Amino acid sequence: MMAAILGRKLGMTELFDEAGHRVSVTLIEAEPNVVVHVKTRERDGYEALQVGVGAVKERRLPKPLRGVYVKAKVAPQRHLRELRGPTAGAQPGQTITVEVFSPGDVVDVTGTSRGRGFSGAIKRHGFGGQRDSHGVSLMHRAIGSIGSSNVARVWPGKRMPGRFGNERVTIRGLRVVKVEPERNLLYLRGAVPGVRGSLLLLRSAKRQRRAARKAGAKGKERA
Amino acid sequence: MVDREGLRAKVPAFTPGDTVRVHIKVTEGGRERIQAFEGVVIARKGGGRRETFTVRRVSHGIGVERAFPLHSPRVERIDVVRRGKARRAKLYFLRGKVGKAARIKEQR
Repeated sequence: MMAAILGRKLGMTELFDEAGHRVSVTLIEAEPNVVVHVKTRERDGYEALQVGVGAVKERRLPKPLRGVYVKAKVAPQRHLRELRGPTAGAQPGQTITVEVFSPGDVVDVTGTSRGRGFSGAIKRHGFGGQRDSHGVSLMHRAIGSIGSSNVARVWPGKRMPGRFGNERVTIRGLRVVKVEPERNLLYLRGAVPGVRGSLLLLRSAKRQRRAARKAGAKGKERA
Repeated sequence: MVDREGLRAKVPAFTPGDTVRVHIKVTEGGRERIQAFEGVVIARKGGGRRETFTVRRVSHGIGVERAFPLHSPRVERIDVVRRGKARRAKLYFLRGKVGKAARIKEQR
């Protein structure tokens, strides 16, 4: 089975490694994920698992969704996501626990970033802004020119203020520091998108080699 | 913050103003030994397993401050040498004082 799991971001804290260095970690709670449906190459054209997590009252779900769980003979789940990849004979009702990962594994984490509302170009795109003094008037955080007078229009994609955050973000190459199966907890080194309590998808890193090298280099830096 | 545990059990009670001797593990050329750093606690910051404290001493006329994570496994032991009376939580004002002016009254 592919190594992937749905979890919830709990928040961040610090741990000490063997050398006594502090390591910033994100705690992720991933209750056992339930396989609800298996997609096959023959029927669907690709292989994937539909996986659910989190208890929910049946009456909270629309009727069509209830049917999905009845058919799979599993309890209703709050979140349902499709994990694409080889299914290796998985059956509905099977569970995936945090033990699909072990310390040292490198994962990609997908989540929804914090919504920052309508933000200016400094926060949203990292613009430098203008000077605080030397005659600058009412333009300190403004974006400046938006194009040439020669072209007489604004180029598509021009970075401007607007809605920021609340979008799907994937952070690649985070290392699993610790796994606590008793409490369904995973500790990842580094930060992860989203607010506390938001749903996250963890998959083994797409680019293992690069991620592992990065992890190794980081370790050396510290020594 | 979430889920704070796995703290060091043996943290003595000390507050800013106290003089402490901190025994730290240092690794030099593959060998590990214990080094002591003694001085006045001028701050305690953070909480739970993230808590740190700052110790200030004047060594050879030079002020030296070190901040230690309270729960670090590298901090072997903390001895309270002297209880000091301090009316504020952060004693940063000591940085500007030398000699007599930098003294702290005993006991609370």
